[in-house]
Amino acid sequence: MTARPAPSPLARTTSGFLLIALLCLIFADIAVTTVDPWGEFAKLLQGLIAPDFYSTDSLALSMGYTLSFALVGVALGNVMGFLLALLFFSRIVRVGCAFVRAIHELFWALIFLQMFGLSPLTGILAIAIPYSGIIAKVYAEILEEGDRSPLQSLPPGTGRTSTFMFVRLPDAWAHFRTYSMYRLECGLRSSAVLGFIGLPTLGFHLETAFKEGHYSEVSALLILFYLVIASMRIWMKKPLLPVYLIGALAILPWGVTFSTSNIVRFLTQDIVPHPIRAGGENMMANLGDWAGMLLTHQIWPGTIATVQLTMIALIATGFLTLVFFPLISPLLLGRVSRSTGHVFLVVARSTPEYLLAFFLLHLWGPSMLPAIVALSLHNGAIIGHLIGRFTETIQLRVDAAGGLNRYFYEIVPRVYRPLLALLFYRWEVIMRETAILGMLGIATLGFYIDSAFADLRFDRALFLILVTALLNIGVDAISRTVRARLRLQTTLEHR
Amino acid sequence: MSLIELRDESAGYNGTTILSGLSLKIDPGERIALVGESGAGKTTLLRLIHEKCAADAALMPQNLGLVQALTVFHNVYMGRLDRYSLARNIRNLVWPARNDVDDVRKVLSRLRLEDKIFTGVGELSGGQYQRTALGRALFNPGRIMIADEPVSAVDEHQAREILAAMDSEKETVVLAMHDRALAIEFADRLIGIRGGRVVMDTPSDGMTPEDLDELYRIDPE
Repeated sequence: MTARPAPSPLARTTSGFLLIALLCLIFADIAVTTVDPWGEFAKLLQGLIAPDFYSTDSLALSMGYTLSFALVGVALGNVMGFLLALLFFSRIVRVGCAFVRAIHELFWALIFLQMFGLSPLTGILAIAIPYSGIIAKVYAEILEEGDRSPLQSLPPGTGRTSTFMFVRLPDAWAHFRTYSMYRLECGLRSSAVLGFIGLPTLGFHLETAFKEGHYSEVSALLILFYLVIASMRIWMKKPLLPVYLIGALAILPWGVTFSTSNIVRFLTQDIVPHPIRAGGENMMANLGDWAGMLLTHQIWPGTIATVQLTMIALIATGFLTLVFFPLISPLLLGRVSRSTGHVFLVVARSTPEYLLAFFLLHLWGPSMLPAIVALSLHNGAIIGHLIGRFTETIQLRVDAAGGLNRYFYEIVPRVYRPLLALLFYRWEVIMRETAILGMLGIATLGFYIDSAFADLRFDRALFLILVTALLNIGVDAISRTVRARLRLQTTLEHR
Repeated sequence: MSLIELRDESAGYNGTTILSGLSLKIDPGERIALVGESGAGKTTLLRLIHEKCAADAALMPQNLGLVQALTVFHNVYMGRLDRYSLARNIRNLVWPARNDVDDVRKVLSRLRLEDKIFTGVGELSGGQYQRTALGRALFNPGRIMIADEPVSAVDEHQAREILAAMDSEKETVVLAMHDRALAIEFADRLIGIRGGRVVMDTPSDGMTPEDLDELYRIDPE
């Protein structure tokens, strides 16, 4: 009689994370507090199936702005990211990149808003800066993984630049292009959401239309947005890129002026912790009180809520991925059902989680529920799409079982490792988003950051953003450890 | 009444014909070995035969089709997924039931894999891996065994054991083999394939490996 073996590390990690998420869920505030959530939902559905493309004259213009911010921001982020990737051997560059990408676009936008007001610079930099940190890391990894064998056959004495241009760059270039396209898609989502803090992109009009109950207008804006994203591979052609960039720079509303003295004051005074600015003999004591107050009243509760929501959303994302990937898997569904599945997944992953959370919050009232559903729908659709595509490479026996037997025995065991790899890879992304959703009123760190900005207490806001960034860097480190220990790998296409 | 009958059949992949003008009868209880050089069409013929009797067949394909992430128990158990209820299958996936473990263990003891029952198949040697796939086919209650190179990764001694297990457990056996001596020893009927056609169909009694040389002759073109 052989004894049952100890559970595999994979099973132990899974159950550990499940347990943590369950604990978080027990203490989570989950409720539907609106009086008539279904009635409002029915109205929303009615509006969604009857889009009105003429309800607002600003439809085309806001789409134009959304595209412009995304194009210019991503292009700038790409150039900076590429240059930084070349310097990625330097520890300072690596840490710097980790830091800038740990801060969400919307937080960057809130910072730049104080300096440049509603000038296009605010939107462009809010996208370009965090993206350059992400792109630098991914490009550095791509260069790292490139085939190095041709290096040996180069004539001795070949210069470094020539070596780079002829041996390392050509291999990496195709990957750079694929990744840039993916980043542009992300950029479009970021750009749309920037409207929520006042920039003239889609989010601005979506917020107004939604709050006023003009659901037909919401529908028109969303459909246009999905069409632009879905058709990206058609309109985004390399020779047209300069035309797009010049066009984008031309239509952005550059008229808004900003004063240099404002920027200087923000950087040298506003963001300096208040007790230091005030000075005096009790400065150190006051600074201690200031930090202590922030810690107990904002950082601690904000961090708890952020971690709690992140863990629930992470596991919910895993569950939804298991439900979503069969929708596009040829091993499990027929052609007709799959095309419906594709449409659903495209819509779910093209809708920014911020937007989804905003809609759901409006329908269900404030609690963690809208955030959990929004985060897991969006991320589950992204990972589900990748895993569904991955199943296309699986070769089944001719006599393999069908239906749910096939799903549980043949497919899930085969996709489980890549699924976990992707899930842990997105852990940090989910946490960054969780913090941001605080701006909608859920008490994560973003809630306190948003309130600090609203009260013009920029010193507090910056300090809280710093804490949020450190939290993200910490989760990223844990995720890397878990992935290394379980030997989970994400391939280039999956980034 | 024969068990399987192919009448002037053709088969191929993606528009290219691999087998053509093929007629064949298989009776219950036969032990058949398909012989011929690689690329001759043995795998395609096995597929054709399997299509005719899928409901009553246990298949052991050349790539074995094991699920790496699962244990030996699970992979063998998969031979009966379609016979058992979904609830039972899911239960066994998460926490194997004692009586099902015992059933699988019986098959494994025959293949000397009993001690590996809860080992992940990714950690097995080539021979153990192949015997696991055989275990799945034996666990499958189908009475016709269809196997593509079932002993390619084991030594001659183990090969004889595996063939003996098939011989005693399954009513009818059709397999493709490149080892001519073993094929003659095991089978009572040899079907030689060359260029997508059956060029030889004979009882194996009194055959020697040299008699099969014709099948492996290089065309003088």
